[in-house]
Amino acid sequence: MSTNRIERHTFAILVDNEAGVLARIVGLFSGRGYNIESLTVAEIDPSQHTSRITIVTSGTPEILEQIRAQIGRVVPVHRVVDWTVDKPSIAREMALIKVAGTGEKRVEALRIADAFRARPVDTTHTSFVFEITGSPDKINQFVDLMQPLGLVEISRTGVAAISRGPDPM
Amino acid sequence: MDKTMIPSIKEMTGAEMVIQALKDHGVEHIFGYPGGAVLPIYDALFAAANELVHVLVRHEQGAVHAAEGYARSTGKCGVALVTSGPGATNAVTGLADALLDSIPIVVLSGQVATHLIGTDAFQECDTVGITRPCTKHNWLVKDIADLPRILHEAFQIATTGRPGPVVIDIPKDIQFKKGFYVEPGSVSHRTYKPPFEADIDAISQAVALMASAKKPIFYTGGGVINAGPAASEHLRELVELTGFPVTSTLMGLGAYPASDDKWLGMLGMHGTYEANWAMHDCDVMIGLGVRFDDRVTGRIDAFSPGSKKIHVDIDPSQINKNIRVDLPIIADAGQAIKAMIKVWKQKEYKADKKALAEWWEQIERWRAKNCLAYKQNGNGIKPQYAIDRLYELTKNRDTYITTEVGQHQMWAAQRYKFEQPNRWMTSGGLGTMGYGIPAALGVQLAHRDSLVIDIAGEGSVQMTMQEMSTAVQSNLPIKIFILNNRYLGMVRQWQQLLHGGRYSHTYSEALPDFVKMAEAFGCVGIRCDKPEDLDAAILKMIDCPKPVLFDCIVDQMENCYPMIPSGAAHNEMILCDADEEATQVSDAGKMLV
Ligand SMILES: Cc1ncc(C[n+]2csc(CCOP(=O)(O)OP(=O)(O)O)c2C)c(N)n1
Ligand SMILES: [Mg+2]
Repeated sequence: MSTNRIERHTFAILVDNEAGVLARIVGLFSGRGYNIESLTVAEIDPSQHTSRITIVTSGTPEILEQIRAQIGRVVPVHRVVDWTVDKPSIAREMALIKVAGTGEKRVEALRIADAFRARPVDTTHTSFVFEITGSPDKINQFVDLMQPLGLVEISRTGVAAISRGPDPM
Repeated sequence: MDKTMIPSIKEMTGAEMVIQALKDHGVEHIFGYPGGAVLPIYDALFAAANELVHVLVRHEQGAVHAAEGYARSTGKCGVALVTSGPGATNAVTGLADALLDSIPIVVLSGQVATHLIGTDAFQECDTVGITRPCTKHNWLVKDIADLPRILHEAFQIATTGRPGPVVIDIPKDIQFKKGFYVEPGSVSHRTYKPPFEADIDAISQAVALMASAKKPIFYTGGGVINAGPAASEHLRELVELTGFPVTSTLMGLGAYPASDDKWLGMLGMHGTYEANWAMHDCDVMIGLGVRFDDRVTGRIDAFSPGSKKIHVDIDPSQINKNIRVDLPIIADAGQAIKAMIKVWKQKEYKADKKALAEWWEQIERWRAKNCLAYKQNGNGIKPQYAIDRLYELTKNRDTYITTEVGQHQMWAAQRYKFEQPNRWMTSGGLGTMGYGIPAALGVQLAHRDSLVIDIAGEGSVQMTMQEMSTAVQSNLPIKIFILNNRYLGMVRQWQQLLHGGRYSHTYSEALPDFVKMAEAFGCVGIRCDKPEDLDAAILKMIDCPKPVLFDCIVDQMENCYPMIPSGAAHNEMILCDADEEATQVSDAGKMLV
């Protein structure tokens, strides 16, 4: 196909929360050789048994079009939305970041965390665990800054995304 | 709610529900193989023997292919019943086959009891996990209350939209449990809503484009067959109305009568010169129920470079998958064709007569190449000759053809002229050697009085030949017509063309004596190795009331042409052995299969 331009897109997939539904979606990605950069899933409506899966993936525009069509074909899928092309949207991710150190580095870590509105949720004399929420880029940036300050461990949730304005997906 | 008050709700066991659902969905025949985990269903089947005919196969792969043959030749849903573990894993090839060729089948598998799942119990395997990527959908039934709904959804999903195989995995305790059965009409699926009708604006645009075409072509596929016999009727009408040429994929053969002069023959890797050149040079391509498979397109970037492409398919994921199209229409192919006819008539379109006449002149020049001609050298039987004679001697009968996979399959596709849909059963997408014999059993079961022939290779038949025993037991007088070249011929041909004639492991030093083998199974064996004896031998086969294995000894080194080497374009076809030396297959081409 024509272009080789790689783009990153965020898909929201509304599914029936039945056994194996996540395996169907993930298996589709691995089986057809698509990327998964991040994956978030949780039940969103217990009365309707629906879950929402958010997948960040990358590929050429042709591949991304295929991904959407292939997901749409999975039987328990209600809807697929590509947030990158369909509607203006916001994407957020939460991360817990452990930083260990003392002295000047410890002070600097706290100062930067404050600038990023990252909150210490666990504190010892030699460490912090920061909770940070924001766009994936913001979290990446924060992680980069923590690197020389004693970064120990990162746990990220993956992206949750939603459209702007009053309408649902 | 008092369930006994509602007449459509009955209490029964899970196994009885399975049988009841089969009856409610009009199933009359199933193919299967018993085992511990399906004993309750087999018990219920025993009681229903008058209404449901069960064919005992010899291998579960055979059950699934038989269900495919049954489905393909009737337009109905095929059903197979297998046990857990090895029963289910043996069914996998058939499922993958049915998925790629869009064949509606329901496969019921037994599973260990729910409390044993996950304990590595005897004959436990993760059937839904294993079959997930080779089914349209599948279910593990964990609660008897879900069983009726799942049974009905299974038939709906298998047979509607783009058809395909589904698996219902039923643990043994669920088969014993009692629950309330509800009838099919009472369930509707929450998320599954397949498209059907074509968008009328898109159809109008397509028809306008067709009316303006100077070098049009209909490129039709299995989707037309799947849309039912009426779709084939409508295709004929649309071709008649427009005067456009028509070609088809391997899976679409029979949708348009091969005897008509608008028919260009099959396209693709072993398609005709005229079909492939017309695809390459056309200005408007009307794809109907097709998927631009790599066997059809050849080199993607050289595929029909100058054409506007209309693509009708019921599966949105096929649009722009391999080839960018100009006008996608997501609909049932039959519905779309019907709508095209309506618009063409309403708007009183006329094809561009002058341009079309020139186009046909060009096509006739390509046709004059006579690309399917072959040289009769030596005294032996040429495989092409054998197919031609088989065709001549069976064409006026009520004949169904299945095939195995290899050169014989391609020769059959090129030379056997199909006039009607549902008469040609072949493994297209997966290319499954061993498909033909069991598929023929399925066809024969549905058409007891018809002539059902598996055009076979000696390699392929050995993959599922045990089903000859099924043929005898179930009184299914299929004819297995082997083009015996002692080679895995299609692979040998590639070795000749791409690997310097190094015939690595494609020659069968040892082969069974097929005549004796036939007799050992209780079938009739016939051998023929002389062209002059062939007609009489074929007639003997046709007239035989029993299953027949026909060992037709053919030229070992014959190649199947025309051929578009992998990685080449439609206009880079090889027509004969002499051409082949001039053609260098690129390294990139060798990577392709
Ligand atoms: C199950 C399976 N294994 C391997 C292949 C690869 N393959 C394709 S054609 C072919 C040769 C088939 O030989 P035969 O049945 O004798 O047919 P011929 O080509 O000689 O007519 C093989 C091995 C296949 N298609 N299916
Ligand atoms: Mg052979």
